[in-house]
Amino acid sequence: MAIDSLVLGAGQEVGKSCVIVTINGKRIMFDCGMHMGHLDHRRYPDFSLIGPNFNQTLTCIIITHFHLDHIGALPYFTEVCGYSGPIYMTYPTKALAPLMLEDYRKVMVERRGEEEQFTSEHIVECMKKVIPVDLKQTVQVDKDLQIRAYYAGHVLGAAMFYAKVGDAAMVYTGDYNMTPDRHLGAAQIDRLSLDLVITESTYATTIRDSKYAREREFLRAVHTCVAGGGKVLIPSFALGRAQELCILLEDYWERMNLKVPIYFSAGLTRQANMYYKMLISWTSQKIKETYSTHNAFDFKNVHKFERSMIDAPGPCVLFATPGMISGGFSLEVFKHWAPSEKNLVTMPGYCVAGTIGHKLMSGKPTKIDLDKDTRIDVRCQIHQLTFSPHTDAKGIMDLVKFLSPKHVILVHGEKPRMATLKGRIQSELGIQCYDPANNETVSVPSTHYATAVASDAFVQSCSNPNFKFSTSGSEHEQGSSSSNRKSIPRLQVSDDRVAEGILVMEKNKKAKVVHQDELLVMLEEKKHQVKFAYCCPAHIGNLQENQETESTGLPLSSTNNDMLQLLSAKLTNELSEVNIQDFGDHLQVESFRVSICSKEDCPYRLSDNGGEEHYEPMFFCCSWAMEDEKLAWKVISMCQK
Amino acid sequence: MKFTCLRKGGGYHFPPCHILDICGFRILLDCPLDLSALTIFSPIPSASKASSVDKPNPKCSNRSGPLDLEEPLVRKRQKVERPLDADDLIYAEPWYKTVRNLHLWNTSFIDVVLISSPMGMLGLPFLSRIKGFSAKIYVTEAAARLGQLMMEDLVSMHMEIRQLFGPEESCIPQWMKWEELKLLPSSLRDVALGKDGGEMGSWMPLYSAADVKDCMQKAQRLKYAEETCYNSTLIIKAFSSGLEIGACNWTINGPKGGIAFISSSIFGSAHAMNFDYIALQGNDTVIYSDFSSLDATEDIENDHSNFVPTTHDFSSLRNEENDEQELAKSVLHVDDNLEENQKLAFLSSHVIDSVKAGGSVLIPVGRLGIVLQLLEQISTSLDVSDLKVPIYIISSVGEELLAFTNIIPEWLCKQRQEKLFSGQPLFGHVELINEGKLHVFPAIHSPKLLMNWQEPCIVFSPHWSLRLGPAVHFLQRWCGDQNSLLILENELDVELALLPFKPMAMKVLQCSFLSGIRLQKVQPLLNILQPKVLLFPKDLKLINSSKSTAFSIFQYCPDETLCIPSLKDKSELEIATDLAFHFDWRNLKQGNISMTRLKGELFREHGKQRLIPGYVQESSEIRQLVHWGSPDLDRLMTVLSGRGIKGTLRKASRGSESENVASAVLVNDPSQALIEVKETSTVITATSENLASIIFESIGSVLDGI
Repeated sequence: MAIDSLVLGAGQEVGKSCVIVTINGKRIMFDCGMHMGHLDHRRYPDFSLIGPNFNQTLTCIIITHFHLDHIGALPYFTEVCGYSGPIYMTYPTKALAPLMLEDYRKVMVERRGEEEQFTSEHIVECMKKVIPVDLKQTVQVDKDLQIRAYYAGHVLGAAMFYAKVGDAAMVYTGDYNMTPDRHLGAAQIDRLSLDLVITESTYATTIRDSKYAREREFLRAVHTCVAGGGKVLIPSFALGRAQELCILLEDYWERMNLKVPIYFSAGLTRQANMYYKMLISWTSQKIKETYSTHNAFDFKNVHKFERSMIDAPGPCVLFATPGMISGGFSLEVFKHWAPSEKNLVTMPGYCVAGTIGHKLMSGKPTKIDLDKDTRIDVRCQIHQLTFSPHTDAKGIMDLVKFLSPKHVILVHGEKPRMATLKGRIQSELGIQCYDPANNETVSVPSTHYATAVASDAFVQSCSNPNFKFSTSGSEHEQGSSSSNRKSIPRLQVSDDRVAEGILVMEKNKKAKVVHQDELLVMLEEKKHQVKFAYCCPAHIGNLQENQETESTGLPLSSTNNDMLQLLSAKLTNELSEVNIQDFGDHLQVESFRVSICSKEDCPYRLSDNGGEEHYEPMFFCCSWAMEDEKLAWKVISMCQK
Repeated sequence: MKFTCLRKGGGYHFPPCHILDICGFRILLDCPLDLSALTIFSPIPSASKASSVDKPNPKCSNRSGPLDLEEPLVRKRQKVERPLDADDLIYAEPWYKTVRNLHLWNTSFIDVVLISSPMGMLGLPFLSRIKGFSAKIYVTEAAARLGQLMMEDLVSMHMEIRQLFGPEESCIPQWMKWEELKLLPSSLRDVALGKDGGEMGSWMPLYSAADVKDCMQKAQRLKYAEETCYNSTLIIKAFSSGLEIGACNWTINGPKGGIAFISSSIFGSAHAMNFDYIALQGNDTVIYSDFSSLDATEDIENDHSNFVPTTHDFSSLRNEENDEQELAKSVLHVDDNLEENQKLAFLSSHVIDSVKAGGSVLIPVGRLGIVLQLLEQISTSLDVSDLKVPIYIISSVGEELLAFTNIIPEWLCKQRQEKLFSGQPLFGHVELINEGKLHVFPAIHSPKLLMNWQEPCIVFSPHWSLRLGPAVHFLQRWCGDQNSLLILENELDVELALLPFKPMAMKVLQCSFLSGIRLQKVQPLLNILQPKVLLFPKDLKLINSSKSTAFSIFQYCPDETLCIPSLKDKSELEIATDLAFHFDWRNLKQGNISMTRLKGELFREHGKQRLIPGYVQESSEIRQLVHWGSPDLDRLMTVLSGRGIKGTLRKASRGSESENVASAVLVNDPSQALIEVKETSTVITATSENLASIIFESIGSVLDGI
């Protein structure tokens, strides 16, 4: 059995996340994203590799969160390519994804004037096919496939998804954050036994320090700018970062008693806040607890921004969409504000190559060529906000170590860094790791269990304690209180429970596991006991003499007992790990039983002894079963000495 | 599996309570409180009355005598007794009635508590505060929050009464003494002692806020359909039941198959997520614990004033002869909502009428869902009739309750979820508050309320028992106003409940709301679930379709323990493939059967039993340890000689019946040995280990063994 992972996107790059995983005949598409950096066919995953008929080949689609590089291609795939099977995402993702998609569509069509890939109706129709899930809700997609979402922290509603078919199980992390931020908690997952983890690796080699310093830096930069009468532009996507920074600013504004207006561009982000209010239980613990008294997403200082206000005088802070200044309103505002050195542009988070945001962050350009005719003078200050809702390398290592899967596949990262991380995972954690490029398939073996029915007696016998008492010779000497200076053996108790049973396969019946004792009843057969017996002669001349001088006139039986005592003592000495039971007339060690045989014609006495001895030998009559064969012969050899 | 019903249900507010023993674990299903029993106590006297009541015994108060009552009440049981009056009620700090006989069970032996609804946890602090209570409490997160709010509200309402009566009495209150109980009118005594007099022990003084907090800390909150595992053996999941936000049915999966526990469920709810019965499929055992149809059959004859009873008879049965699952499903999907909506519309129209006439409306309804829907319905009606009448919610937890309902889309019905997806508030109350039409205050003495107060008005306020909370004060204020309206649920004994407020000029509307599965839907439901074993209340009649039932039915009634034989005595075992590779298969003589010894470590994880190789040291060779059949001596001789062992056979004389007669093989080469063969045993005697084991193997080859 194997799990095949076909990486259609985000293989050794960031953008258009899409992995097709085949487990035990079920095919799941994890994420269906688009690439922000490309405008040609490369913007979408190459769906043709999935096969001719999506509806037959794919069991379901799972979307981890509402970012466009994870969901951007979904309306295209469902409405244009014709996939009509189930789609799963969390409640917030289902609620917020249409906003993102619509925003993107508008930017593409209305501002950039491109041919549209999908329409508003497509988005609506697509979202109708979505089945929302709650965190930890165990969803039975069909008879065999089970999926479950875990909190990922990255943005509101981001989830890692667990999928299980038969005995094979895997986790696809999507994007996640291992440290809580202003409005979201840290990723949380159960300890699962997994064959495969597919994890993002955006910051495969970065280790980030505390966030507070960077938050302070950001606030200082913003404050300095507005104090100097400048305007602050924060190009961000409507959802996620905008809310986090807004909570931060709102808090700062209250504390510093600032009156400078904070604006949200257009209705989009304001409407987003409405959603955030209802979905507050998906935010961090701290925010969640305050919902009844003050909903943290009721921003008091935030106002709506009109296009006419772009050139209005006076300081302000503006959140404008889209992020990365990839076009649309944020670009329009940027064109107006960039030439003034009083102003500030804060770039929160990651910018895809090819966007203006990326150009601003990778150096200090003074001029940016927008297209052939437009050139923007950039004199404003640029502040780069380096906190990002992605986990850092330590977080990835922690998660992989916590889950301890048998295999790891890295996606959503930059090639050289991924290679480094891959090396670390293999060397430090000893887990096989892969970093496939786009359109490559990785195949890993999966767990498989054979099933049988087990009888109660078997199961009970497995949970019976299996105590082993062993005495280890210890150096402890008892005090001088008594004359016999026995060393006190230190008793060691071990309880290694061993499951022993018999697996029975009968034609046309399910395999059965039974306890040994039940077998004969089941087969309706009579037991035939095979035992060993040996009446072994012992040359104990010396011992016996001593014995007799000490205890003359004792009856024979008593002597016999003494002999057994003697043997018992000897056995205890030699075989420290066994438990010797003394029943007076016989000793018992496991199934081995020894007694003094006084019968002349014991059937188990073999006249093999050459008749060389002059003493009347003592006979130890022994019997045992096969299990204790080794032990028995050991004892016998001791008896004979 | 053992099942004991402790208490059959008493409607929405008092769900049933059971104990289930399974796989060696004891599970308590719900732990409710019988709050309707509060009606035997006197309510808080109104401010004016309170000052006049100086004497501790109100029996001597001046307004006594049956003459005060306008009309003699028709009572069936109380034949000779004089009609009750307000002074018969117990004038003392109320105690609370828990589930009868629950206290007879040793709390520390309960392993798991499953809470199916917010109402099902009201008695839990009584249990969780007991020393030795160590059970794991599972409850859905929504039910936990609502339950906690309900308990906190109860504690705070009780506090008001407590302040009146002063510090707690030392041990047993006066009213619980036998002499006092004897004097109680029989209807009150029935409530206090139970019909058979066995319920005295279930009365408890109310828990404290600290007990509630402590209880909630012990509860583990579950998400919708979250899989949780108790003791690596039981996998427990909660699926919505539709009764209330967060209310759920449970599936419990152990190694011996699954159990679905069905509490009161509603197929099509207008606020909570619908009854998810599909998720209950595939469980061998179904415990049906929806007693709601029991209450529904005793139809509501209500009403003091001249109102038409509100029960609509929708009993026209739909065609359900066909057992096709699809049809069954379609039957289940027949909308209950329509009828419920009509009830709400009916209530709403009466509310409007009252308000128009200048009266106020008091709605002490305890069902959250009904309150939320009535709010929407009434406000719409007010808008339509262009009335500007304020709506108040007065409850210590009202604000939080409303805020909470707007942040749990995951537990709401599809229509409400659609509101989330289109960016609208989940319930109408959000906008009502914003528009200033709805005002929420924690208590009647809130300064803001006093400033804001305006009559006529519509007030939603606890408690539905009419003995606690702000409702009592409003009732005392309005009970004499014939234009005012009181809306009650049908779970209350109206006679008793309204006793302290007599004479009542106020109109009273009592309405029954759907609180479970309709009886005619039971059979179609079971057709879909297809259990092998059904546990069904004895009191309910299962409407059987023509097809004979494919499952066995166990009928249960309170305080009887049912033992349900296990469906299979074998459980699943999963064997790791790497272990399976090392199997040494043996085929039996009789053919068809092959077997192998297996040895490993048994792991119980997440309800599954797995055998993995473990670190057991491999023994060099596997020997047969158990043999059966009887050896063929001649074959044995050939096998022995094949291994270079020579000996002579001494056969036992034939015909001797005794088992002890033994045949023997005397071996003399390579050394002396003896094989003694009897009917059921063989004894090998040899001087050397090597020879003994060769002989053993030879015998093994002529016998069946493993």
